[in-house]
Amino acid sequence: MLTGKHALVTGGSRGIGRAIALELAASGANVAVNYSGNQEKAEEVVKACMEYGVHSFSVQADVANEKDVKAMVKQVTTEFGALDILVNNAGITKDNLLMRLKEEDWDAVMDTNLKGVFQCSKAAVRPMMKQQEATIINISSVVGVLGNAGQANYVAAKAGVIGLTKTLAREFSSRNIRVNAVAPGFIQTEMTDELGEETKEKLLAEIPLNELGQAEDVARVVRFLASEDSRYMTGQTLHVDGGMVMP
Amino acid sequence: MAEQILDRIKKIVVDRLGVEESEVKPEATFKDDLGADSLDVVELVMELEDEFDLEISDEEAEKIATVADVVDYINAQQ
Ligand SMILES: NC(=O)c1ccc[n+]([C@@H]2O[C@H](COP(=O)([O-])OP(=O)(O)OC[C@H]3O[C@@H](n4cnc5c(N)ncnc54)[C@H](OP(=O)(O)O)[C@@H]3O)[C@@H](O)[C@H]2O)c1
Repeated sequence: MLTGKHALVTGGSRGIGRAIALELAASGANVAVNYSGNQEKAEEVVKACMEYGVHSFSVQADVANEKDVKAMVKQVTTEFGALDILVNNAGITKDNLLMRLKEEDWDAVMDTNLKGVFQCSKAAVRPMMKQQEATIINISSVVGVLGNAGQANYVAAKAGVIGLTKTLAREFSSRNIRVNAVAPGFIQTEMTDELGEETKEKLLAEIPLNELGQAEDVARVVRFLASEDSRYMTGQTLHVDGGMVMP
Repeated sequence: MAEQILDRIKKIVVDRLGVEESEVKPEATFKDDLGADSLDVVELVMELEDEFDLEISDEEAEKIATVADVVDYINAQQ
């Protein structure tokens, strides 16, 4: 379904990004796997992608760093010859109640989660405009819509991603670059594995489908947004959260 | 040399904006005469950067209004 397409997944070394990289590769796309520090994990993902018979390589870059990002996009277009699909997935959390939230933790989360989407989109759009067809998929979060005590920085960044998505969708619609977002709910990752039973119970009570999501649940929706099947959609945020948000 | 540069610029403008080569006169403005929108101009500047292997700063790019502006700018850089 994505045969011959060239994709870049930021934060593709672990968690949801890893699942997205594999899903795109399974659909036939060549995948560049970005990571920040975890080269070993990124190489594992590259290997797993290649098992699907596609090209893949890892590329280190801090998504918030303009120089890094420019070099990354250059490397991708040089190796692949084009960039059709950008998935802005890299993200971090530095949670605390507002009263205790340090400026540096606000900045770090804004830099990676919001500025990173700006930097990567800006660099990617350059080759994409020439191609006259491409898609960008940004990973937001359920809490960017609902808010969440203890995550002011993260929530602000993820809500920002939704606004950015709508604006990019409008700016680049004339070049047939579609820009959409996916807002995952609570997805089972190393992070959620560490939650206590009681917290988990409470969490589940908030989820109509009554279970945590899997990274693959998010990845499949990303694949849909990357493909021609969603050709008439842009500026949208799709909620993959077991029904937590019903817009 | 100057001729060559003009030809290369013309080719890019024709390519990008889908206009006739005869319309790409020195005094032609991109926005009014050649029907470019703001995004077209940004794109054009990017292509020029690639074609002539240079970096055009945002301040310089904002000053570009006509085909002659581009020719002058490129000539000054070479
Ligand atoms: N997990 C959830 O329940 C959930 C829910 C809603 C939304 N999300 C969003 O989904 C995305 C992925 O989350 P996850 O749970 O899969 O996270 P994760 O397992 O912690 O993985 C984060 C990924 O981002 C990379 N990364 C971090 N900072 C980076 C930077 N500055 N530059 C480049 N890469 C960077 C990491 O690279 P290294 O491996 O090199 O460190 C890693 O690949 C995030 O945007 C997150 O906010 C997650």
